[in-house]
Amino acid sequence: MTNATISASPTREDYKKMAKVKKNRSAGDWVAIVILILGGLLMLFPFVVILLNAFKTSADYNGAGPLSWPKEFTLSGIMKFWTASNFPEKVWNSVWTSGLVAIFAVLLSILNSFALGIGRVKGRRWIILLIMLANMMPQEALLYPLYIMFKAIGLYNSQWAIVIIFTVIQSAFGTYLLSSVYGTFPKAILEAAALDGASRWKILKDVVFPISRPTLSVMLVFFFIWTWNEYMIPMAFLVDNSTQTVPIAVSALSGDKLMDVTTTAGASLISIIPTLIFYLIFQRTLSRGITAGAVK
Amino acid sequence: MLAWIIIVPTVWNIYLSFTRYRGIRPPQWIGGYNWNKLIHDATFWVSFRNSIWMIIAMVVVPIVLGLFISSLLFDVIQKKFGSKTASTLRAVYYIPQLLPIAVAALAMGWILRPTDGALNALLKSIGLGNLSHNWLGSPDTALIMLMIIMIWIQLGYPVVIFMSGLQRVDPELYEAANLDGANWFQRFRAITLPSIKPEIFVVALTCTIAALKVFGPVYMLTRGGPGTSTIVPSYYSYSQFFQTQQVGYGAAISTALTIVIVIVSIIFTNVQQRAEREDEE
Repeated sequence: MTNATISASPTREDYKKMAKVKKNRSAGDWVAIVILILGGLLMLFPFVVILLNAFKTSADYNGAGPLSWPKEFTLSGIMKFWTASNFPEKVWNSVWTSGLVAIFAVLLSILNSFALGIGRVKGRRWIILLIMLANMMPQEALLYPLYIMFKAIGLYNSQWAIVIIFTVIQSAFGTYLLSSVYGTFPKAILEAAALDGASRWKILKDVVFPISRPTLSVMLVFFFIWTWNEYMIPMAFLVDNSTQTVPIAVSALSGDKLMDVTTTAGASLISIIPTLIFYLIFQRTLSRGITAGAVK
Repeated sequence: MLAWIIIVPTVWNIYLSFTRYRGIRPPQWIGGYNWNKLIHDATFWVSFRNSIWMIIAMVVVPIVLGLFISSLLFDVIQKKFGSKTASTLRAVYYIPQLLPIAVAALAMGWILRPTDGALNALLKSIGLGNLSHNWLGSPDTALIMLMIIMIWIQLGYPVVIFMSGLQRVDPELYEAANLDGANWFQRFRAITLPSIKPEIFVVALTCTIAALKVFGPVYMLTRGGPGTSTIVPSYYSYSQFFQTQQVGYGAAISTALTIVIVIVSIIFTNVQQRAEREDEE
C-alpha cells in the first residue's frame, strides 16, 4: 500500500499555501474570474429556470410565466411525479444497476488490461481497438441483435441484461484507459516482485492495484454516472414499469399530456439529486488521477 | 463475453445490411442493394454533414473552451482566489454532465418551447420580444440550438479531465515562468498545452466517437426534424430499424457509421502514437 503515494498529486494544503503566498491580484486576474463566473451563470441558467418552476403551482405558471418568482411554494409538482412514477423504486433500480455495472466493469477492465498491458501482448494496439469496438458501435446497431439474443435466453425485460451489456461497454473504455497506464508501468518493479517469488495474482493485488487506485476510483465514478444516464438500451429492454430507471421515468413525462410544466420541472429537479450527491461525495476523487491513466 | 455482446451483433449487422428484413419473415439475401441505395440517399449524406456540425459542437468547441477554462482555473483562479473558488467553479461547469441526457433534453426542450418557454419569456422581459422564435421547430435555428445544447452538456468533461491532468505539472515550472515575466498566455502555450497533450488526445477521441454516435438529444428534442435539418446517422438508422421496419437498410446505415468511427479511431491512435514518439525524441 505504501506505493500509493507515487501517483498522488500535491495535497490541498500545498495549494492553500500557494494561494496564501501571493494575493497580489492584478486587473487581469479579476477579468478572468468575472469571465468564468459569467460563463458559470450561463451554464447554470437552465438549472435556475428548473428550480424556479419546480415549486410553483401550475396556475401560477400559467398566469405569470416561467421566469417569475413563485407566489407560493408548493411541492405538488414534485409529489405528482414522485407518486406517478413511484420514484423511490426508480432510484433503487438505477442505483443497483449502475452500481453493479461500475464494480463489474472496473474489475473486468483491471483483468483485461493487466493481461494486455503488463504481459505486453503482441499486437496490443489492435486488441485494444477491437475491444474499443464496444464503445464505437452505435447502440442502435447493437439493439436488434441483443434484443433477439437476450430474448432467447430469457433475460429480456430483466435488469441483468442491462448490467451485462453495460459492463462490457464500459469496460471497453476502462481497458483502453488502464492498459495505457499499465503499459507505461516501470518494469523494474514487476521484475523485482517476480524475483521475490510473487505470483501474477500477488503482483496484481499488491503492486499494480494500489498504484493505479486513483485512476480506478475515477473510472468507478464515471461508469456509475454514465450507466445511470443511459437511455436507449434501457428504454428498449425494460418494458415493465417496475424495472425502469430514473431517466426513462422522467422522459415518459414528455409523452404524457396530463403532465404539466411544473411537474416536468419538479421531475427534472429530483432526478438530478441522486447523481449530484454522488458527485459531491466523490468530488475529491475526481480531481485526482483521472489521467494518471491517459498517458498512452 | 466481449465476443458475445459485441462481435456477434457486429457480424450480424453486417450480414443484415445485405438482406431485406422487416422483422417478421426471415431475412432475405439481396446482395448490395441496400448499399447502392445508401450511396444515392440524400438523407444519408445530410445526416453525415450534420455529424460534422456535431463534432464542432461536441469536440472542437468544448476542447478549446475547456482548455481556456481549465488553465484559467488552474493557473489564475486557484493561485489568486484559492482552491475552494476553483473547485466550486469546476463543479458548476461539470453539473450538466450529471444530468441524464433524457432529463437535459426534456428541460432544454421546455426552455426553448415557442409559446411559454423560458427563453422567449426572457427575451420578452428585456424588450427583445420580437426576437422570440420557435427555436427547435424551425429549420433555420434547430441545428444551431441543438449545437448550443451539446456544448452546454459536453463542456464539463474536458474541464474536469484537463484540470486533473494539470495537477501532474510541477508547480515550479509555472513559478519559474512567472519570474521570467511570462504572461498567462505565454505560460498557457509553453507549459499548459504540452503537459496535457495526452488528455487532449483522449478527450478528442472519446468525444469524436460520441459525436458521431449522438442519438439521445436528437431523439428527445427534434426527432431529426424539422424535415431533415437535424438528422444524424444514429437517428436515421434508428428510424429505419424501428419506425419503418426496414431492418436491412437500418443495418446498412449503422454499419457505414461503424466503419467511419473505426477509421477515425485508427487515424487518431496513429497520430497519437506519432506525437508520443516525437515527444520522446
